[in-house]
Amino acid sequence: MTALLSVRDLAKHYPMRGGRTLRALAGVSFDMQPGEVLGIVGESGSGKTTLGRVILRLMPATSGTIRFRGQDITRLSRRAVRPLRRHMQIVFQDPYASLNPRMTVEQILGIPLGVHEPMLGRTQRRARIEQMLHTVGLFGDAADRYPHEFSGGQRQRIGIARALICRPELLVADEPVSALDVSVQAQVINLLLDLREQLGLAILFIAHDLAVVGLISDRVAVMYLGRIVELATTADLFARPRHPYTEALFAAVPDVGGRRERVLLKGDMPSPIDPPSGCAFRTRCRYAEPACAAERPPLVEHAPGHFAACPRPELVLSSPLPERAAEMTRAAG
Amino acid sequence: MTEILAVDALSVAFHGEGGTVQAVEGVSFALGLGETLAIVGESSSGKSVTALALMRLLAPPPGCRVRGHAMLTRGDGEVVDLLALPEARMEAVRGRDIGMIFQEPMTSLNPVHRIGAQIAEALLAHERLSARAAGARVTVLLDQVGIPEPAERARAYPHQLSGGMRQRAMIAMALACRPRVLIADEPTTALDVTIQAQILELIRRLQSETGMSVIFITHNLGVVAEIADRVLVMYAGQVVEEAPVTTLLRRPLMPYSAGLIASVPRLEDVRSRGARLPAIPGNVPAPRQRPEGCTFHPRCRFVREVCEAARPPLEMAASDHAVRCVRWRDIAA
Repeated sequence: MTALLSVRDLAKHYPMRGGRTLRALAGVSFDMQPGEVLGIVGESGSGKTTLGRVILRLMPATSGTIRFRGQDITRLSRRAVRPLRRHMQIVFQDPYASLNPRMTVEQILGIPLGVHEPMLGRTQRRARIEQMLHTVGLFGDAADRYPHEFSGGQRQRIGIARALICRPELLVADEPVSALDVSVQAQVINLLLDLREQLGLAILFIAHDLAVVGLISDRVAVMYLGRIVELATTADLFARPRHPYTEALFAAVPDVGGRRERVLLKGDMPSPIDPPSGCAFRTRCRYAEPACAAERPPLVEHAPGHFAACPRPELVLSSPLPERAAEMTRAAG
Repeated sequence: MTEILAVDALSVAFHGEGGTVQAVEGVSFALGLGETLAIVGESSSGKSVTALALMRLLAPPPGCRVRGHAMLTRGDGEVVDLLALPEARMEAVRGRDIGMIFQEPMTSLNPVHRIGAQIAEALLAHERLSARAAGARVTVLLDQVGIPEPAERARAYPHQLSGGMRQRAMIAMALACRPRVLIADEPTTALDVTIQAQILELIRRLQSETGMSVIFITHNLGVVAEIADRVLVMYAGQVVEEAPVTTLLRRPLMPYSAGLIASVPRLEDVRSRGARLPAIPGNVPAPRQRPEGCTFHPRCRFVREVCEAARPPLEMAASDHAVRCVRWRDIAA
């Protein structure tokens, strides 16, 4: 099967004063299959948002390649990128800032249709818009209203409708539920799950909430300081994390089930301008040894499909799941 | 339980060109010495307005009208009504008896002053200290909240610190005069989970060291499970349930609380990946469009005609468990 998206050694650098360089993305590689949901997790500053934007060509890559449906799109001109946009779309975090307040919903959804399907007549276009609104759980008469007439959750549905109206194959969802009320978050997560089944959509799901990512993703990539440090199927990652950073991220999630004993991750993420030598995580890692400073550990396949960049593969890290559940998940995975 | 703060029938109404908004409707609760009370709610529940009313940080009449009483026992045993105190006396209470931390440390710290100077200002407002003594106290405070190299960091401007460090500086400022009550309004919402875990740990540690009481306002039930002794659930301006934390999370009686708890994705849910979350239908009502009767009835799966008739009273289901639902006995059965 050819990958829908194939990313190799992707880097995004920003020149800083004094000749220094901020490496927001420092060499990221992965493939995504059609219809696959790949979760991207990491703290702020890990590069996860930059990754989504560079892949969509919303900002240029410094080096590396992005292949979409087999075509190298890394250095296509703006004009040449435009027809690709109907196949790759984005949903933003903030449903208040990402919709033009002076346009009706019909006008907002009409823009991508006008660009990518200019041959559509007015009635056809209206029908497509109403159908799309229905798909995301809004009524057809929503088309004549303005964004301010909707709640946050409904606005995010409009943002999703705008992204999906030209039937893309790849959706980048950048923290699509984190600005929503708790009771509404679940609705939008369920909607994304439905859409994924109905439309066979591949989703690059960027989020900081590991529980949400666990529900929706087939595989998960964990990022730290511009690099992927672990990549595995969701079941494997949750049942047996193989990078201490993944273990620490899981341990930090507060659980409604009650207070847990936990090992806290110390300190902040170091600056991407001046990252530590060797393993970038070693300054916060409870398992670090002097050898970890020597060279940067490559992403190694420790089990089929389970990659981790830790120089100490012998470590047995704790899973966020109760022990029996972890075993069952591993067996089912 | 020795009470340090007793809030009785607190109501807040905002009057504007568009009419009146009843932000908070008759909120009553008691805060025990050394206790952590979580106030949980979604947008427009009234949780933050409740905190601002107690701190007397809302606009003066006629724009905003506050009713009710909030009796605070000060360090010397004097009991004052926070809502009736003249502003000059309130200035002596604010910061000294009650400290407050906010969600966005970047917007609540002054960007053009060094953080050490800002914390010293809080000290000098309430205590007779030389500048040198204040500086020394600042260093101790920054050390106490876990800021490394406190003497140097005191000379930093807010933008030179990470989000987690800024929130620590805010906490140092709020605790400068050893208040007996700390109000924390979504103090970890803007932070990464790893840093959130650090800040929660810090608040717990400081609380056990100083014996202060904490009102912790949040929308995150996982955080509630981590930090609270008792929980107040607010919806549409009213308290709808109050119980000890374990009771509330394990055996909630109000359908809204139960729905909210069920809709939070958990790490364990990875086992049922692809399954839908039990979402609460509909949206949080806007303050001007609160429904008649129980404000939650349009979204409630247990709704009956009786729920639309009148606002249900807050009933005691047990000596430490209050619920605002006319059907709680039927539902629990």
